[in-house]
Amino acid sequence: MALLQIAEPGESAAPHEHRLAVGIDLGTTNSLVATVRSGMSVVLNDVQGRPLLPSVVAYGADGSVEVGYGAEAKQSIDPKNTIVSVKRFMGRGRHDIAHIETLPYDFVDTEGMVKLKTIAGIKSPVEISAEILKTVRNRAEASLGGELTGAVITVPAYFDDAQRQATKDAARLAGINVLRLLNEPTAAAIAYGLDNSAEGIYAVFDLGGGTFDISVLRLSKGVFEVMATGGDSALGGDDFDHRVFCWIIEQAKLAPLSPQDARLLQMRAREAKEQLSQHGQAPITVKLGSGEYVDLTLTTEIFTDITRTLVQKTLAPTKKALRDAGLTVADVRGVVMVGGSTRMPQIQHAVAELFKQEPLNNLDPEKVVALGAATQANLLAGNRAAGDDWLLLDVIPLSLGLETMGGLVEKIIPRNSTIPIARAQEFTTFKDGQTAMVIQVVQGERELVSDCRSLARFELRGIPPMVAGAARIRVTFQVDADGLLSVTAREETSGREARIEVKPAYGLSDDEIADMLKDSFSHAGDDAFRRALREAQVEAQRLIEATQSALQDSADLLSTLERAHIDASITKLQTVMIGDDRRAIDQAMQALSTATNEFAARRMNQSVQRALAGRKVDQLSL
Amino acid sequence: MTTFDLNFAADHFTLFGLPRVQALDLESLDKSFRAIQSRVHPDKHAHASEADRRLAMQWATRINEAFQTLKSPGRRARYLLELLGHDPQIESNTAMPAEFLMGQMELREAVEEARSAADEDALDAVRRRLLDEIKADYERLAGLIDVARDLEAAGNLVRQLMFQEKLLNEIDDALEAVTA
Repeated sequence: MALLQIAEPGESAAPHEHRLAVGIDLGTTNSLVATVRSGMSVVLNDVQGRPLLPSVVAYGADGSVEVGYGAEAKQSIDPKNTIVSVKRFMGRGRHDIAHIETLPYDFVDTEGMVKLKTIAGIKSPVEISAEILKTVRNRAEASLGGELTGAVITVPAYFDDAQRQATKDAARLAGINVLRLLNEPTAAAIAYGLDNSAEGIYAVFDLGGGTFDISVLRLSKGVFEVMATGGDSALGGDDFDHRVFCWIIEQAKLAPLSPQDARLLQMRAREAKEQLSQHGQAPITVKLGSGEYVDLTLTTEIFTDITRTLVQKTLAPTKKALRDAGLTVADVRGVVMVGGSTRMPQIQHAVAELFKQEPLNNLDPEKVVALGAATQANLLAGNRAAGDDWLLLDVIPLSLGLETMGGLVEKIIPRNSTIPIARAQEFTTFKDGQTAMVIQVVQGERELVSDCRSLARFELRGIPPMVAGAARIRVTFQVDADGLLSVTAREETSGREARIEVKPAYGLSDDEIADMLKDSFSHAGDDAFRRALREAQVEAQRLIEATQSALQDSADLLSTLERAHIDASITKLQTVMIGDDRRAIDQAMQALSTATNEFAARRMNQSVQRALAGRKVDQLSL
Repeated sequence: MTTFDLNFAADHFTLFGLPRVQALDLESLDKSFRAIQSRVHPDKHAHASEADRRLAMQWATRINEAFQTLKSPGRRARYLLELLGHDPQIESNTAMPAEFLMGQMELREAVEEARSAADEDALDAVRRRLLDEIKADYERLAGLIDVARDLEAAGNLVRQLMFQEKLLNEIDDALEAVTA
């Protein structure tokens, strides 16, 4: 019943052919994209052969958008419309952002996530990040010669739900199918572990441009198990630059700076810091727009002195992660250094001193995350070769809880729980006849709601009126493999299910995303329509392939009647997917999914049975 | 040793093909966990249909929950007592031997002292002492459940251990405050 498939040049029609999948490191300072080519993970360079893409977006008066080195060059000319380190604003409110007063942007006062007023209109951090991701996607597609099947996008392990959701939204906006959000230190551990066939307990110390993560992992026989993670999602190289910047202002006794001069000094501060990693001192000479001159020399001693507290700030979460893992430094076999900021000798020394061993620097700290992500993307896309298989078990970085009476937090899922995870908690009404209830979801480690991040607040309506304390409302938290949360509630006595959707306080609503997509569609016109159709066709093909391969493996699980029903649904989908009616394709996909639901459940049970059935534990090979 | 009989509703021990004991062989638990998770984890079904992916998440969630419960000796004991039909009355019964309470008060004082002096080493020392105590008590607990089958005494010890683990958390918080 197979349809004739006509392959594009350079593209194979055979199922299970190599799928184009990439790993994207969406960094605070730089972004990278990598893929697996002939079994090797490689970073994809731009046409000029440069691996990094500066995470800088410049908006022009004519509506133009520039990303990367071109944009970076504009930051001291047009600082207001040239956005650097946008990652620091992802999923963040105004009050969350450190040194906001020294930033040259026009922040718009809105509830939830900050927005920036630019010459091209009001932009959310999600839209700005989407511009970076679009550039990355274009680079990858040009380099690989085809449309991407999907991407693994890395996020700091310590990112909370709002920051993760914002990252996923940005990818969606950039037209990227996200195979998985992967924690940066975990990605690095994959790259390091596979390269060095490492076994045992490893710590990954990841200090980037704007974020700090520490993860403790157990590597054993193809399983990467994160035991604990910690960090600070607002601590990175930027903060070291800021200390130098403040030192310059203080030393040179400068008058209040224009945005241009401020940006210029920040760039010089960063250059001086980078120079100090190689040399004992760095000259800082600048002529400011105000006519003032700066002529200073930053020495290693001064730098060490002014950044001491920042270095200290990385050690407390590191010790905490070890405690959470139930380990001491003596248990740690190696410390893998990740992120450009770990090049600072001050960081190297502090880590060596704490762990009583020299840290491992044999991988490029700037590329290792993207390389690991590419390896994982390749695996998830289904390109794995025989024996080329491993399992990643990651954790949730921060506890999830609910507000209870008196502004206290009831923890539902503790930090460092292996994901995916689900937990339920029962609540009751406190007034007679109460029919509604407000549920506030928070994330963080403190006892008080006000000290945690509020993720969502929603109302549960339609509780049957009863005496106080009689209703039983079961609230279930589910965290998926991306570390993203969904919440459902159910009134148990009446059996009434009230499915509720978490409205992210700091994320974008689905409507907002739809509007942004519509906006970008109206610019692109027919292109967008064709793209959406093509996406639906690819998705339909994927579903058919998955179903057919399942039918091949376990046809015995189906009765003749069930089989006939599935076959008919496949034929129907194959018929409509050659046309251009996207809605019909969606409907036929839905029908096929429904037809295979029960089959999927049986196959999953069979798979688990096969993993273990009839064998004794001590005979397992894993 | 039992062989596997898997279904979604099986109890945690059955799920991993392990005997219902407190003195659980953690290495076997680990092996079973990895073997099952290698089949069901969402990463193994990332390219499958939506129904498959949803099921994978449900199974992986179920396996994680079972693993977390059995891995922690305290949670394992509470779960096992429940399976054996004994309710240790964790919420309602707060009675504890005077000797135990005295020892705990002593430890608490040591923690308070170290915390106000911001003495990281002293906190570490109390933490190690408490960890040793907890470890010995868990060994005793395994004997009470698996060998003596004295579920009443086991329940009492479980309540004491919860008390000790709460103190351990407080020490961790103090350490965090001191090292921050």
